[in-house]
Amino acid sequence: MMRLPLFEFRMPRTIDEAVLILDGEGPKAMPLAGGTDLLPNMKRRQQVPKTLMSLRYIEDLNRVRMEASASRLGACVTLADIAADPRFRNGLTALAQAASLVATPHIRNMATLGGNLCLDTRCNYYDQNYEWRKAIDFCLKKDGDTCWVAPGSLKCMAVSSTDTAPALIALGARVRLVSRLEEREVLLGELYNNDGLDYIKRKPNEILAEVLLDSLHGWKSTYWKLRRRGSFDFPVLSVAAAARFTESGVVEDARIVMGSAASRPLVALDAAKTLVGRPLNGESIAEAAVLAARIAKPLDNTDFDMSWRKRVTGEFVTCALRELRGDDVSGERLSYMRTHSH
Amino acid sequence: MILVTLPIESQKTAHIRLTLNGEATDVSFAPYKTLLEVLREDLGHTGTKHGCELGECGACAVLLEGKAVLSCLLLAVECDGKSVLTVEGLGADGKLHPLQDAFADLGAAQCGYCTPAILVTAKALLDSNPNPSREQIREALSGNLCRCTGYQQIFEAVEAAMIKIAGKTSC
Repeated sequence: MMRLPLFEFRMPRTIDEAVLILDGEGPKAMPLAGGTDLLPNMKRRQQVPKTLMSLRYIEDLNRVRMEASASRLGACVTLADIAADPRFRNGLTALAQAASLVATPHIRNMATLGGNLCLDTRCNYYDQNYEWRKAIDFCLKKDGDTCWVAPGSLKCMAVSSTDTAPALIALGARVRLVSRLEEREVLLGELYNNDGLDYIKRKPNEILAEVLLDSLHGWKSTYWKLRRRGSFDFPVLSVAAAARFTESGVVEDARIVMGSAASRPLVALDAAKTLVGRPLNGESIAEAAVLAARIAKPLDNTDFDMSWRKRVTGEFVTCALRELRGDDVSGERLSYMRTHSH
Repeated sequence: MILVTLPIESQKTAHIRLTLNGEATDVSFAPYKTLLEVLREDLGHTGTKHGCELGECGACAVLLEGKAVLSCLLLAVECDGKSVLTVEGLGADGKLHPLQDAFADLGAAQCGYCTPAILVTAKALLDSNPNPSREQIREALSGNLCRCTGYQQIFEAVEAAMIKIAGKTSC
């Protein structure tokens, strides 16, 4: 039986109180939101915070404010609430889809948006219990010196496995980080490092308090996720795409983001740029798919063969862009869900 | 003087009051425990099952404030003042809940290990949507692994219970 390690427990009622605790306790304290990532990691001794600080009692973190010009989503809004809320449609569809595809209904009832954005990176050599990891003399990400995915690597290759980050980056989201002495807004696309160990720029004394979105009027977005089963599994590849069109269907602006293809979500800048000023036709879509797949570098540390995952990148970009131009791709979506489900 | 150090699980320094299956319940427990551990070990409610401990099977599902959650990933200290429903609270007045009746009648339980969690998850679904489609039932139960039944009998039992409950409420 895997018990949680011992920890001190704090339950602040306000953000001010919370950042004071984080400041006082130092990096050995961790915020606890839904717990669906952190608690399994604690049971496997991958993360062993001395202090757990619950964010559950801070009302400000549960607020959703949506106006025509901008939206502010509290970090502790659950993924189930996002998936079920009809306001997360049209431009925000990719976020609702990503939230609705995380894990299982039970986990979505608990897991939060902020938690999914801060999700620990994952790897076949890391997401194992303590004894398993000890048997391979641990790994670079925790307690060891060698990256077993790429033994010559000085960098940890664990994979960014968040569903909502690629979607929100495609939507141009920012996050508000609050610490005792300062507050800063960071473009979500700039929150992550391509390093499985040091994967996020949130400092230990900061709380990711809010996700901020500008108006997405005129935008369409979608999210595609690859996993073995139609439920439970983390993504082993995902594509989020968003575009704004003129009345005649010419792309004015576009963003394509790939998840689970590196230690951070990858923004396919060239692929998106090639679409601007053109309609989404066979030619422009094929070019974007090639350009996006070129930068995806899946490694052999998740489920499924890595070369196949790279090939699916192009197929997902194609499907996502066809969906944005209005094609019915529900058959393709279903075939990816069905082919690989048990 | 002899100093005795109690094993850590016996150091019940955390205390909460929750509403468990409709009854106000006080419980003391070791503060690192999950709700699952407190239900089974400190409250003797062993209906809720202990599966993977990591959120990968759904066997420990209970309803927290009416919503299906995994009790193995929930700190018991965070349940103070909350309402929790487990399989023990499904039946009333010595009678089985219509879901339990239907599961027994239609062979929806074989080894039975996943059954308590599926029953409470299905209850949450029917409470929020009294007339779900097969697809909605499949989706609601997509976090509960069952290695015996192949799920068909489970879906049929939820549908049978749904009809029975609808019949009762319309009378």
